[in-house]
Amino acid sequence: MSKIHVSAVVNGDPVDFLADPRESLLDCLRDQLGLTGSKEGCGTGDCGACSVTVDGVLVCSCLVLGVEAEGKAIGTVEGISQGSTLHPLQRKFIEHAALQCGFCTPGILVAAKALLDQNASPTETEVRYWLAGNLCRCTGYDKIVRAVMDAASEMREAV
Amino acid sequence: MAKDERTTEFRLIGTRPNRPDGLDKVTGRARYGADMTLPGMLFAAVVRSPHAHARILKIDASAALALDGVKAVVTRADFPTGLTGEDWNLQENSMAGDVALYDGHAVAAVAATSRLLAEDAAKLIKVDYEVLPHVIDVDDAIRPDAPVVRTGAADHSVPAGSPPNVVKCVDFGHGDIEAGFAAADLVREHTYKTEATHQGYIEPHACVAQLGADGKGEMWVCTQGQWYIRRMCAAVLGIDASGLRVTPSEIGGGFGGKTIIFMEPLALALSRKAGGRPVKLVMSRSDVLRATGPTASASMDVKLGMTKDGKLTAAKVNFRMQGGAFLGASPVGEALSCALACYDIPAVQHDGVEVLANRPKAAAYRAPGSPMAAFAVESLLDEMCHELGLDPLDVRLKNAVHEGVKASYGPTYAKIGLVEVLEATKAHPNLLAKLGPNQGRGIASGFWFNHGGETSVSLAIGEDGTVTVSAGTPDIGGSRASLALMVAETLGIEYEAVRVNIVETGALGVNEPSHGSRATFATGKAAVEAARQAIGEMCRRAAKEWGIEEEAVVWKDGAAMPAGPNAGQFPPMTIAEIGAKMGGNGGPISGHHETNAEGVGASFGAHVVDVEVDPETGRTTILRYLVVQDAGRAIHPAYVEGQYQGGAVQGIGWALNEEYVYGANGRLQNAVFLDYRIPVASDLPMIDTVIVEVPNPGHPYGVRGVGETGITPPLPAIANAVAMATGARIRSLPLSPPKVLAAIKAKGRG
Repeated sequence: MSKIHVSAVVNGDPVDFLADPRESLLDCLRDQLGLTGSKEGCGTGDCGACSVTVDGVLVCSCLVLGVEAEGKAIGTVEGISQGSTLHPLQRKFIEHAALQCGFCTPGILVAAKALLDQNASPTETEVRYWLAGNLCRCTGYDKIVRAVMDAASEMREAV
Repeated sequence: MAKDERTTEFRLIGTRPNRPDGLDKVTGRARYGADMTLPGMLFAAVVRSPHAHARILKIDASAALALDGVKAVVTRADFPTGLTGEDWNLQENSMAGDVALYDGHAVAAVAATSRLLAEDAAKLIKVDYEVLPHVIDVDDAIRPDAPVVRTGAADHSVPAGSPPNVVKCVDFGHGDIEAGFAAADLVREHTYKTEATHQGYIEPHACVAQLGADGKGEMWVCTQGQWYIRRMCAAVLGIDASGLRVTPSEIGGGFGGKTIIFMEPLALALSRKAGGRPVKLVMSRSDVLRATGPTASASMDVKLGMTKDGKLTAAKVNFRMQGGAFLGASPVGEALSCALACYDIPAVQHDGVEVLANRPKAAAYRAPGSPMAAFAVESLLDEMCHELGLDPLDVRLKNAVHEGVKASYGPTYAKIGLVEVLEATKAHPNLLAKLGPNQGRGIASGFWFNHGGETSVSLAIGEDGTVTVSAGTPDIGGSRASLALMVAETLGIEYEAVRVNIVETGALGVNEPSHGSRATFATGKAAVEAARQAIGEMCRRAAKEWGIEEEAVVWKDGAAMPAGPNAGQFPPMTIAEIGAKMGGNGGPISGHHETNAEGVGASFGAHVVDVEVDPETGRTTILRYLVVQDAGRAIHPAYVEGQYQGGAVQGIGWALNEEYVYGANGRLQNAVFLDYRIPVASDLPMIDTVIVEVPNPGHPYGVRGVGETGITPPLPAIANAVAMATGARIRSLPLSPPKVLAAIKAKGRG
């Protein structure tokens, strides 16, 4: 099957790649662009480890075809920090010990950032339901929820 | 960050610094199994049996091999013959021989120049099967007329005339069991059942493997134990262990399931056949659920005798467990040993059998065997407390084991903390919360042995006085942070001055995997000894420099100091000064320690859960959850809490939702995360924790190990809470909504 040329913007940088029409956006990010921060935990949209944004909308990149990225702006975990300055969510995840193995962490950070971008004051229940599509097997979610709430609080104070 | 109150005698132990791998993990830089790429790399795909039990008549790979870009196909014919025992089990589980033994059993594998091409090629490999009768359920498998999974698999413990799938028998006990039951005011006996569950690590198994015709190769792989899987792969492939260099990637969860091999030998065999080109093999989630992991399923009889004031007089347990089609894969021995370990009972008898079934080879899963056993024993104990009108927490305290008591499984306990755990539980405010309609509270205790094991650690002083530790136990829960804290505490330097690396198999002697809650205990103990050895050498270097006897030098606050008659004669020589001079003053300074670590301290915990059961749907909601556990000492309390919380939530999943569901055809019906439903954030409240510290005298800082015990109490605690909320006692897991609803309705009719 012949490959299709795709032009997109990933984390602010213009990129070009050739995608097999069967390849997911996740495969293209990881295998074509070397952005291995997004993870495949299931390939069926159930675990959220591959969460990215497409034109600002949170999606599972394993459920999006690579060719669908044409002309789109993609955001991944590699684009969350500003240079060497971490996003508050990244700092709070480290401070609260909100990760153990860290495999689900990129997807959860992308998802949590998408939440805080649209809701600066989420309740605990809102955080839990927003992140219900991101599986974590290590932490029991307690410290993840606390880290997101604390990051939101710090970001509100900074405004 | 502020030091926690409970460990004021230490400078660093008990504080909560940022973990050293945190930055890599929040920025996406951390490299896991599937994140490695090598020049010339091929991609692999695996053909798996769609049948639970089938003779393999013919494998035709000609159409696959005819595709441009397909470089190798391997079947069992590409592996050596004549293996025995566990080596044969591992080889057989990696790739079926004459017979596919379970749905998902690998039959062939192919390597090609792209992942999509490998997947296309796998579809072209034609396998002819003769389908055979199969058996899935543990109680079905033990019947004398059950389909025979494999003949000749039983070991010498099985008496002649046993049912054909029984492969191992275990029995042990002590005390006069009949007299014990005779002394009881209440004797009760019930049967309990748990289904198989999966560890559910979010990272599927993945490796990049390379092997030449000369038997030399290397492998990048997500594993809990690089030396163990090196030995296993070498045995399965017929190569020398030292010929294979295994480098552990970051590991995306393991929970016991990444202590053995599954697809690694296939990648190595493909590489060897493809002229030594590296081969990447990444399992799909479905393959992970069908062909790796799971824990055993269990069917268990428990009989307890109790006096009317709550003293246990006798206990008898009889467990039947299947761990797939392979001898020794079920944790029946561990389950029996854990079953009664929390209680001081005058007479105990344990009997168990292991049974083969057409399922994948069970792997370790967090406190293997203990959760099932606790479900059975702690459920019955709870029923009897209610029948006698006794407080279930007081009864547990009354019977709790302590130092000097002979354990149910044989040895005499050293210093342990169950009594302290139960007292802390009793004092917790969660027990004062008022319960409403359809709500219930459940309590249960849990136990794990903890583990020492083969351990080898090296430590080197840098030219600037900073320190590198080479450890062999992959970091699955923050152990690099705890090792750095212990080494920095011992050396008297800053936490940030210590870097811990998890190293490849060429760098150290054999290390057991990170399993059994051993990494912080055993690797920590060895790292402290290595640091002490380096301190001795640094004191010698200072003595040489000062021209005094080395006995007249002490180590304090990260520096050598003259002592005794020379005290104050020379200024302290810091580790940085010693490091800067070491090249011209005797050469490199390092410490090294290897041991089969002894002094293991057993672990006990207690959980209290409040639930609400919806009487219309049978759905159980967790309202409050409390974990109390003895850590010995919490080196990094945040990661101790993390282990408690994570273990509890895995147990909650096991209790409420998770199970392997097989169809009548023996195929796994729920091999995706949508259907194999692990707990999600919206299912749960915060998980409250209390860290009890009864230091283990066998470790320099009192560590016991904290990873395992937390998964054990949730199964019975939740069953006990649901029984209180509904009045219906359910003796099989999971407590899925349909099952709970049926129990509520049956009670209404009764």
